[in-house]
Amino acid sequence: MDKNHQMWADLGMDLKTHDLLCEALPGAYGDVFLTQENRPECMDYFEMVAADIHGIRAAELVEAQKQGRKVIGTFCVFVPDEAVVAADAIVTGLCGGSQFWVPEGEKYLPANTCPLIKASMGARFGKTCPYFRIADMLVGETTCDGKIKAYEILSEDIDVHVMDLPHQKRPQDFIAWENEIKLFMEKMEDFTGNKITLEKLNESIKLINAKRRALARLYDCRKNKVVPISGTDTLLIMQIAFFDDPARLTAQVNRLCDELEKRIADGVSVAKEGAPRILITGTPLAVPNWKLHNIIESSGGIVVCEENCTGTRYFSHEVKEDNATMDEAVKALSDRYLGNINCACFTPNPGRIDDILRLAKEYDVDGIIDCNLKFCNLYATENYFVERAIKEAGIPILTLETDYTDSDAEQLRTRVGAFLEMLGN
Amino acid sequence: MEYIGIDIGSTAAKIYTIHNEEPLFFTVPTGWSSKETAAEIEKSLRLKGIEVRDKENFRTVSTGYGREVVDYADKAVTEITCHGKGGSFLCGGDCTIVDVGGQDTKMITVENGMVVDFLMNDKCAAGTGKFLELMANRLNVTIPELFLLAESGKVLPISALCTVFAESEVVSLIGQGNPREDIAAGVVDSVATKVYGLTQKRSISDRVVLTGGLSQTAFFGKALSQKLGLEVIVPENGLYAGAIGAMLCARGRKK
Repeated sequence: MDKNHQMWADLGMDLKTHDLLCEALPGAYGDVFLTQENRPECMDYFEMVAADIHGIRAAELVEAQKQGRKVIGTFCVFVPDEAVVAADAIVTGLCGGSQFWVPEGEKYLPANTCPLIKASMGARFGKTCPYFRIADMLVGETTCDGKIKAYEILSEDIDVHVMDLPHQKRPQDFIAWENEIKLFMEKMEDFTGNKITLEKLNESIKLINAKRRALARLYDCRKNKVVPISGTDTLLIMQIAFFDDPARLTAQVNRLCDELEKRIADGVSVAKEGAPRILITGTPLAVPNWKLHNIIESSGGIVVCEENCTGTRYFSHEVKEDNATMDEAVKALSDRYLGNINCACFTPNPGRIDDILRLAKEYDVDGIIDCNLKFCNLYATENYFVERAIKEAGIPILTLETDYTDSDAEQLRTRVGAFLEMLGN
Repeated sequence: MEYIGIDIGSTAAKIYTIHNEEPLFFTVPTGWSSKETAAEIEKSLRLKGIEVRDKENFRTVSTGYGREVVDYADKAVTEITCHGKGGSFLCGGDCTIVDVGGQDTKMITVENGMVVDFLMNDKCAAGTGKFLELMANRLNVTIPELFLLAESGKVLPISALCTVFAESEVVSLIGQGNPREDIAAGVVDSVATKVYGLTQKRSISDRVVLTGGLSQTAFFGKALSQKLGLEVIVPENGLYAGAIGAMLCARGRKK
C-alpha cells in the first residue's frame, strides 16, 4: 500500500481510481525523463518531488493547515501569489495536465472544451487530485469563456473567488485590475483572518520576485550555444514551481543554475551538435503533459524556450519592490501582471508577437512550434497573427494542435520530424 | 554504390532504386505487420540481386509510417521530406506537392530542392485515400471503378466532413435512389474539395504536382486542376514519389 494512502483517504479521495493514476505515472515518467542522457545532477531534487508528486508537498500542505494556515488553489498566472502569501496563506497549483481526468470532466462540460479545463474539473469532481482536495478555496479569473462557466459549476462544490481580468490594456483597465487586486486582498484577509500590511505585502513581493529571478536565471542558461539542460527537464521544473514552497524552490533552482553555469563554462551540452533549437509558443503545458517536449527532443531537436504560461509568461518581469504605500504596492502588482503578461485573452495583443520575436532572437532559435490545446479558441485564432509575423521575420514555423491523448503521437512525430529535417536535422 | 528508397505507407509499400543503371520499382501491399512487409521487401530485393544488408554496396533510406521498423535501413526520414524531394525530382524543380495517401493528405512546398513549408490534414480521414476506400466499399466497387463511374456522373454534393457521417450521407443518397455515377462523382469531388481547402491555407507554387496513390487516376488530377484553376502535373511515377525521395536521401547522405 502506498505510504500516502492514509492521507489521501483522510482527504476524501477516490483511492481506487487514484491508484490507477499512481500506477501509470512512474512508467510514463521513466519513458520521458530517464531515457535522457547526461542530465544535470541537481535535477535530483525535482526528480524526488516528481516521484512523489501527490505525496510530499501534499503532506506539507496538510501539516500547514493543521497549524491554521489556509491553502489557496489557483489556475492561472494572472492571480497574484503576493496577495495570498501576504495573508500568510499558501498558494498551490492544481492538477489538469492528464487525459486521466478528462472523461470525468466531460460529465460536467461539453466535449469541445479544452482538455486543461476538462481535466481540472475531472480532478476536482473525481476526487483524484490531493491539491484539489486540500485547497480551502479556489481562485479563478476571467481569461476565457470555457473557464468562467466552469468556475460557476465548481463553485457549487467549493468556495471560488473569480478575479475579473480586463481584456484590454488601456489606462482604465489598469485601474480596474488594481481594484480587482484590492478586492482579492480583502477576500484573503476575510478568509484567513490575517491582515495584509504594507510590510507583509512588500515582503511577499520580494519572495516571489526572488523565485522569478531564479527561473529567469534558469532560462538564461538555455540562451547559450551550449545547452546545459533539456527542455523536458526545464518543463518539469516549471510545472513543479506552481506547487512548491517558493523559498525552497528558489534555492533549488539557484543550486541547479550554479551547476548549469559551470556546465556552460565546461562546454557540457545535452544537445547534439547542430540540433535545431526550438521555441515553443502557445497554451500551457500542465503537469504531467510532457508529450510535445518528449517528441521534439527524442526526434533530435532541443527546446530552448517556452513562450507560454508554464514558461516565460510565468516569471518574466518583476514587481516593483519597497513600495511606500499600499496603493503604490497594488499599482506595482497591477502593472506587472496586467502590463506584462501577454495572454491571447487580450484584444489586441501585439505584445505577444513582440515577445515571440524577441525570444526567438535572444534564444537564437532555428524554428518555432506554435502549439495549441485543442478547443482553445483564443490561441488558435491568434495563430493567424503569430504565424504571419514569424514568417515575415523569416523564421520557420510549425503550427500544431493537440490534446492530452496519445492517439496523435505518431502523427505529431511525423510533423515534428519533418520540421526538424527542414531545419537541417 | 546503389541507393534504395523504401516507402512503407498504410496501404502499400513502394520501393524504388536504380539497379544496374536501370530504374527498378515495385509495390508490396502492407498487411497488418510493417515488420513482415519490411522482411518481404528484403526478400524481393534479394531475388533481384540486391542485398540490403551489404552496406559496402547498398544504402537504404526508409520512409512512410512504417519507416522505423525497416531494421536494415541506414536512416529513417519522414515522408514529408521524402515526398518533397521525390515530387520535385519528378517535375524537375520547385513546386508544391499534393500527396493524397492512404491515411493522410500532405501539401509540401519545395524551393531549391529543399522543403520550405508543409501542411498535413487534421487527424481525420476526410480528404484521404481511406475516405475513398470506404465509399467505394459502400458503393460496392473498387477504387479504379469508382473513378470510372465518377467520370460519367454529375456531382451530388456530399457535405459531411467526417468520414463516418459522410458514409451515412452516401447511404441516404443510395436510399433515395440516386444514380451510382452521381454519388461517385460526389465522393471524388468531396476529396478534391478537401484537398483544395488545404492548399488554400498557404501560398502554393504555380507548379502543383500530384503524388501518392491518387496520382494513379487521371480523373482525380483533372478534378483537382479544376478546383485549383491550374493544370496539376500528374507524373507517371507519382505513386513512387516518397520512395524516390528516400532513394535521393540515401544518395545524398554522407557515409
